[in-house]
Amino acid sequence: MFRSIEVSVGIFVGIGLAALFFLAMQASNLSSMSSEGFYEITARFDNIGGLKVRSAVKVAGVKVGQVGKIDYDSNSFEALVTMQVDEKYNRFPRDTIASIFTSGLLGEQYVGLEPGGDEKLLEHQSEISHTQSAMVLEQVIGQFLFSKASDSGGSGNDAPF
Amino acid sequence: MSEPLIKIRNLHFSRGANKIFDGVDMDVLEGRITAVMGPSGTGKTTLLKLIGGQLTPDQGEIHVQGQNVHKLKRAGLYKLRKKMGMLFQSGALLTDLSVFENIAYPLREHTNLSESMIRTMVLIKLQAVGLSGAHQLMPSELSGGMARRVALARALALDPMMIMYDEPFTGQDPISLGVLVKLIKQTNDALKLTSILVSHDVGETLSIADDVKIISRGKLVAEGTRDEIMHSDSAWVRQFVEGEADGPVPFHYHGASIEEQLMQVKA
Amino acid sequence: MLLNPIIRLGRGSIFLGKTLAGIPQLFVRFGLVIKQLYSVGVQTLLITLVAGLFVGMVLALQLHYTLSTFGAEDTLGLLVALSLVRELGPVVAALLFAGRAGSALTAEIGLMKATEQLSGLEMMAVDPIQRIIAPRFLAGFLSMPLLAAIFSAVGILGGYMVGVDLLGVDAGAFWSQIQAKVDFYEDVMNGIIKSFVFGFIVSWIAVFEGYDCIPTSEGVARATTRTVVHSSLAVLGMDFVLTAIMFN
Repeated sequence: MFRSIEVSVGIFVGIGLAALFFLAMQASNLSSMSSEGFYEITARFDNIGGLKVRSAVKVAGVKVGQVGKIDYDSNSFEALVTMQVDEKYNRFPRDTIASIFTSGLLGEQYVGLEPGGDEKLLEHQSEISHTQSAMVLEQVIGQFLFSKASDSGGSGNDAPF
Repeated sequence: MSEPLIKIRNLHFSRGANKIFDGVDMDVLEGRITAVMGPSGTGKTTLLKLIGGQLTPDQGEIHVQGQNVHKLKRAGLYKLRKKMGMLFQSGALLTDLSVFENIAYPLREHTNLSESMIRTMVLIKLQAVGLSGAHQLMPSELSGGMARRVALARALALDPMMIMYDEPFTGQDPISLGVLVKLIKQTNDALKLTSILVSHDVGETLSIADDVKIISRGKLVAEGTRDEIMHSDSAWVRQFVEGEADGPVPFHYHGASIEEQLMQVKA
Repeated sequence: MLLNPIIRLGRGSIFLGKTLAGIPQLFVRFGLVIKQLYSVGVQTLLITLVAGLFVGMVLALQLHYTLSTFGAEDTLGLLVALSLVRELGPVVAALLFAGRAGSALTAEIGLMKATEQLSGLEMMAVDPIQRIIAPRFLAGFLSMPLLAAIFSAVGILGGYMVGVDLLGVDAGAFWSQIQAKVDFYEDVMNGIIKSFVFGFIVSWIAVFEGYDCIPTSEGVARATTRTVVHSSLAVLGMDFVLTAIMFN
């Protein structure tokens, strides 16, 4: 028998599930998480700056994966970053450089990969040997001031008095 | 003399500071209409709830059909309740179900009868109370008297062995009263039920009761068959039956006398 | 006097236990739950939709104003989405639910108690907790996450309408920021977990207050007020605890 109550409950639950689906697909990063697998590449850095788990891994500005794990190696005193790269992008030369960049001026940090020229490719769980650490703002300012000071100190004996 | 259907022994029950029952013994015999009467507020409704197991006595025991009501586990209690019908003062019909659905409710819950069987039984019960034409109505559309008749039909749905009536006559117009009185008597006799009638409407109650128990101030002050009560010379009974304003149950609420109270105001 | 809240909490917990015990049976007789889903869920739908829309729109207005002073209007979509999905969706939907459906539940159950319908059921050897209380509790618990999701979704759409159509934020930036930065597990799922918790609490308080009320008209009115106040405070309190756990 046609029961209008059941129809409206069905519609209600339908709308609710549609909303959940919308949030999942259109309003979150679920769709961009590839359903195909990923493989892992590691890299060591002196300083990872503000890099976090799930920070992006980009090549030529395109996101190809994310940071899976961040560990500290107390033997070599370096940070060990494990990156999860989408299986689709499996052609990285062994001498690819991994650097930590900042998007925008004060934005989030990500790992940028610049492919090298080697014929041999990176495989699952291989390690990138060339890395460049993050730029730490205080160090940059310190360097700037220091170089400024050495410039003026070398060119003349302009004592303050 | 057959075993009484309901045996109440040494019943003590208090609600807060109020001692409602102070050592009451009572027997309810099978197949008869037993009226429990007394002044308002003496806990007559509470008695029905105690018999039905909704309340537990502080002391004493209640046996129904040989079983101690308050020692039963939930399953046993529910089984016993299926054999008891109860008519609440307000009818207590489920307001979101129609008259038909209300009466069908216990049948649907406790039996596996087919829909057509249920329909037949519901209509029969409704016919017995004279309301078979009203089966589509909602409880909010019923008058007080009609609601009670529907509630009676529902209480009879599972063919219980006993029915308890909680103040069935209160606030009814004379015609509804007459109908209800007739129904209670007819139902009891035709279905060989045991009925317990709690009321303070003396006239109506005494017209159909077989046995009468009078409770006042927590104690059983009088009991007997209807004839015995009507011809009793106890002051209690006389006051109650005749409806005297003053007597063993005093007119004035107890406290300081009026002279004392006026004296206080002056100062 | 001080003992009173503790006693009520104890009674409420025992009551909750009995209610939960009655739930497995409901999956056999799901019709009871469906009926309650209608009165509890469907009838709160309209207010949730309207409120969600307005909250989303206001958020966009407010955030845009502040963001434009930093030149960061492109992040509008992201901020609207995060605010809704993490906090406003679950919390505001729960507060609306407490006011609309929670109070109605309390009043209905309280009235059933006052008119002796619950007693009547007991005397018919039917357990009122199983027939009346448990379906309503389950319906509330299931409705809450759906309503919160609807609130958030509609809010995001409202934010889109105001941000893109009205204030000129770039549509592409709006959605792409959201899709990049809103994490399904951390943001969306946590919000849903919150709304399940809120649904549990609000439904529990609503049915308990009704069941436990003094069966007079004044008693029912007081119980209804208590439901709205206590469940609102409980939602806000739990929100703090959950947020601290999830988003530290």
